[in-house]
Amino acid sequence: MPPDLWSLYALMLKSRLFEEVIAKLWHDGLISGEMHLGTGEEAIIAGVVAQLREGDAMALDHRGSAALLIRGVDPVLILREMLGCPDGLCGGMGGHMHLFSKEHLAASSGIVGAEGPTAAGFAIAAQYSNPGAVAVAFFGDGAMNQGMLMESMNLASVWNLPVLFVCKDDGWAITTQSANMTGGNLNERARGLGIPAVEVDGRDVFAVWAAANAAIERARSGQGPTFLKARCVHFEGHFLGFQLIRIARDPLREMPDIALPLTKSFLRLTGATMRERIAGLKTVMASVLSTLRDPRRDPINDPVPRTRASLQSDPERLRALEDQIEKDVSDVAAYALAEVPS
Amino acid sequence: MSTMFFTQAIDDALAQAMADDPRIILFGEDVPLLRRNLLVRFGPRRVRGTPISESAFLGAGVAAAMAGLRPVVEMYMVDFLGVCMDALLNHAAKVEAFSGGKWTAPVMVRVPCGGGYGDGGQHEQSLWGWLAHIPGLSIVVPSTPADAGGLLLAALQHDGPVIFLEHKLLSETWLEFLGSGGRRTVQYDVPANGAKGAVPRRWEPLPIGKAMVRRTGSDVTIVSAGVGVHRALQAAEAAEREGISAAVLDLRTISPLDRTTFCEMVAHTGRLLVVDEDYEGFGLSGELGAVALEAGVSFKYARVCTQTTIPYAREREDQALPNVKRICSAIAQLAGEER
Repeated sequence: MPPDLWSLYALMLKSRLFEEVIAKLWHDGLISGEMHLGTGEEAIIAGVVAQLREGDAMALDHRGSAALLIRGVDPVLILREMLGCPDGLCGGMGGHMHLFSKEHLAASSGIVGAEGPTAAGFAIAAQYSNPGAVAVAFFGDGAMNQGMLMESMNLASVWNLPVLFVCKDDGWAITTQSANMTGGNLNERARGLGIPAVEVDGRDVFAVWAAANAAIERARSGQGPTFLKARCVHFEGHFLGFQLIRIARDPLREMPDIALPLTKSFLRLTGATMRERIAGLKTVMASVLSTLRDPRRDPINDPVPRTRASLQSDPERLRALEDQIEKDVSDVAAYALAEVPS
Repeated sequence: MSTMFFTQAIDDALAQAMADDPRIILFGEDVPLLRRNLLVRFGPRRVRGTPISESAFLGAGVAAAMAGLRPVVEMYMVDFLGVCMDALLNHAAKVEAFSGGKWTAPVMVRVPCGGGYGDGGQHEQSLWGWLAHIPGLSIVVPSTPADAGGLLLAALQHDGPVIFLEHKLLSETWLEFLGSGGRRTVQYDVPANGAKGAVPRRWEPLPIGKAMVRRTGSDVTIVSAGVGVHRALQAAEAAEREGISAAVLDLRTISPLDRTTFCEMVAHTGRLLVVDEDYEGFGLSGELGAVALEAGVSFKYARVCTQTTIPYAREREDQALPNVKRICSAIAQLAGEER
């Protein structure tokens, strides 16, 4: 069965608008702590999660709200969880990094790489007591250097577990460019463990859907795990209020506080040779410059309008769909915010 | 004397130590950005970013220390030590004993801890009691900029592994990075005297294992560390207005424990109140009771600790962590009728 682009677009747009509501609430101070959004990875999440069914499991990372929403968790519950309400998805105990839905077999973790063991465990249970069910792990490229994830891939390989390892590759590990910290090639790494690796453009929901479809069918039929690497961008960087993105957006406001102590320290008498210091300065400048030139800031990388573009042959249907989703999300926000304690 | 913010003081003391001792190298996740001021002064050979591979780089830090370096290994949060505990539990802590005292691992693990900014129970733990449970590790928990810098210097000169816990609620940079993220719409209950304070012109090491009396008193001895010290001081002031005289002892190092000062203080008041942001069961609060009993001190006892997984919801988080109100009622209860 080919994918229905309309329904995939609907899921992506709903997720985007929903997370824009989250961002607004976070900026308004109604959501505390960190906030990692999935904006930019909607095509990956929708392309995979739309194919899951009853009995399938998800191991989510610290940005799991899009996957839960698309999986069918009540968005009001997610939002009320983030607002810290006792009637939120996790009773206000978890917050956005620790979202759980037992009925959807969906568990999140704020520990990078923890999705690996979790997905492997869900897959063991599926293999043992519910054959045909699969487990999906969502994680970033930075997590690929975490031992427990690599160990889980090996376990899934040798036990032939029905796992889809989805690497959402945005090229960054928090503030560090992954290329500087990752040896070799990630697809080869998976293959080295005996797991087939597929690489797709994570901005292209159709490509993700097709690759995930094959991998999920493979797992359902007992042929074991697949590694799916999907390139994407995170428009907000690692999390909302991310320092490098703030520098890129408003250098005049952000730079003085950084540049002054940096210059002072660079000029201190004792320390390394000038050559070493310049090498250090170059490293700092490189991360700032690469953020300024960051593809994250280029709208062409946004999967939502990219998907929309292929639906413009029917503008009326598109408008009706978007109006409906906007209304749905705004209803969700209104409902979730209705009785929030001040 | 000048004043510094908490993390500023730590970084300043670290810079001084690095200038004095070329054996000190620094590595951890995102260190090139987080410690950029040190990177441009000491260069990329000494200040390095790591992959998100805690088991590898913490374990490597232990062995690099055994091989003669003085590594400072930075972890993002104490909670994440769960990923790489083996390096501390089975290696750093054991080298000296296993080698018959001939070899040590002078690694310093600098790691943010603590809650109070709504980040949820996987990112706000304290865990110093859990770490201090292991023989062979020293656990440092400063509560002021001056102590933070001085203890950091001592930790770097110490011949064994030291876990240096940097409370995020005191840290101007961590609270900005993880809590506010540039927002002016959120406020946290930051103890002003812990977040900023007087520091010496040149850092001198403060002894590890020496507690500091923050407040003298004759009715109750409150013992705490980190942010809890400031909460205790605030509660002690409130108690003073009720006619109760409370002393506050800042442990500064959880392990080794300053048993002498602690026992003297408890013996003086005959009442011990432990304020501990770490978990209540099987931890520091129970240990302090045992230490005083072993010393033959007779005392009444109460504790205000974190009993559960720390809730994400801000109000419930405030209830779960030791807050001033809970401390005040514990003081009142402890001081009781017989006073």
